[in-house]
Amino acid sequence: MSTPAADPDVKPVPCCSNPGYGVKPGAPPRSTPLPTAVLLGLGLAAWTAAYTVIQPLAEWLSYGALGLARGSHLGEAVAFFLYDTPKVLLLLVLIVFGVGVVRSFFTAERTRAILAGKRESVGNVLAALLGVVTPFCSCSAVPLFIGFVEVGVPLGVTLSFLISAPMVNEIALVLLFGLFGWKVAALYLVTGLTIAIVAGFTLGRMKLERFVEAWVYESMKAEATFERERLGFTGRVRKGLEAVREIVGKVWPWVIAGIAVGAGIHGYVPEGLLASFMGKSAWWSVPAAVLIGVPMYSNAAGIIPIVEALLGKGAALGTALAFMMAVIGLSLPEIIILRKVLRPQLIAAFVGVVATGILLVGWLFNAAI
Amino acid sequence: MKIQVLGTGCAKCKQLTANAERAVAELGLAVAVEKVEDIREIMKFSVMSTPALVVDGKVRSVGKVLAPEDVKKLLRA
Repeated sequence: MSTPAADPDVKPVPCCSNPGYGVKPGAPPRSTPLPTAVLLGLGLAAWTAAYTVIQPLAEWLSYGALGLARGSHLGEAVAFFLYDTPKVLLLLVLIVFGVGVVRSFFTAERTRAILAGKRESVGNVLAALLGVVTPFCSCSAVPLFIGFVEVGVPLGVTLSFLISAPMVNEIALVLLFGLFGWKVAALYLVTGLTIAIVAGFTLGRMKLERFVEAWVYESMKAEATFERERLGFTGRVRKGLEAVREIVGKVWPWVIAGIAVGAGIHGYVPEGLLASFMGKSAWWSVPAAVLIGVPMYSNAAGIIPIVEALLGKGAALGTALAFMMAVIGLSLPEIIILRKVLRPQLIAAFVGVVATGILLVGWLFNAAI
Repeated sequence: MKIQVLGTGCAKCKQLTANAERAVAELGLAVAVEKVEDIREIMKFSVMSTPALVVDGKVRSVGKVLAPEDVKKLLRA
């Protein structure tokens, strides 16, 4: 079997380029002296205790131990940083753990089985929801695409999945919740899902199947023959912990850097600085944000500080949200990978429809809020 | 015995290849770990997430980086 030199056009995508992953091959299997449920309970109790204590602690450190004045630029910035860093990191650990456990119930194969017999409309909704909980990495986009299409999942439904999987991101959700509150986080979740559903449905209506590379339909039909993993409760908790080690271990420097930027803005930057050209009144700021965002690629943890900076200086929420979605939802590396199975016409339609969806969301929020 | 790692060349695939090579070395087996990077070849194994580990033509693991210990278990079985 020939293995040609690595396809030159496939660059490692940040979600997969995790050099720290699996570097401790010699680690012995963890022994469990206590039942997993007890350990989990203790862990959650410790988490709750830590979460309760950080705000008084941050206040005491900033205004007591460091002696900074309440209401001063430096005092506000330091207090913000000392409170938000542990808060966001704690939230991140909890959510990533939870998502890791949920994801242990879903595999690409299982998701495919759920989607296989579904009609379009229902299928689009399910695909978008499953896109959030199914473990996904951009470098698996092509095998996943082929796997879906060959069992008869409609093209539009498959695309709903491929839009939702990167765009609705648990790290972004946590950071938005931690920094801007649950309303902004919920808006992000709902609009991300809506774009995935509507864009996938629209693309399905456009009957673009002829723009899928022909060889995709010719590839094999054999059922994979590997054993299913039997996880059990302990196994799922371990999956959650693995997710925490992998994801939090990777993004924490970004998070701290982001909060530091946010703290600076919180303490020093006058409000409304950007309002004149990124505020609600400037209708063109949304398309501009999308145009700038699409070619950019960053992980969710890296983009939130920018969103925070934009919002903090007076940019409208819709504009900032559109920018964030364009950056993490539509990325050049993923498009390059998908080019292997999709002809340029279909790629163009994909990018066009998703970008339009993001644009509409941006305008909607600028108009409504 | 034939050992193949399926993956289009991302960091996780490289890590799995390295772990598989280490497992092979520790077991003292005289087999090379073959990397399958062509997407059409990968699709012949019906996998939907990479990296995947194939032993003697059978897919044994998909979508994760097995530690060398886990690869050893698969090779012994």
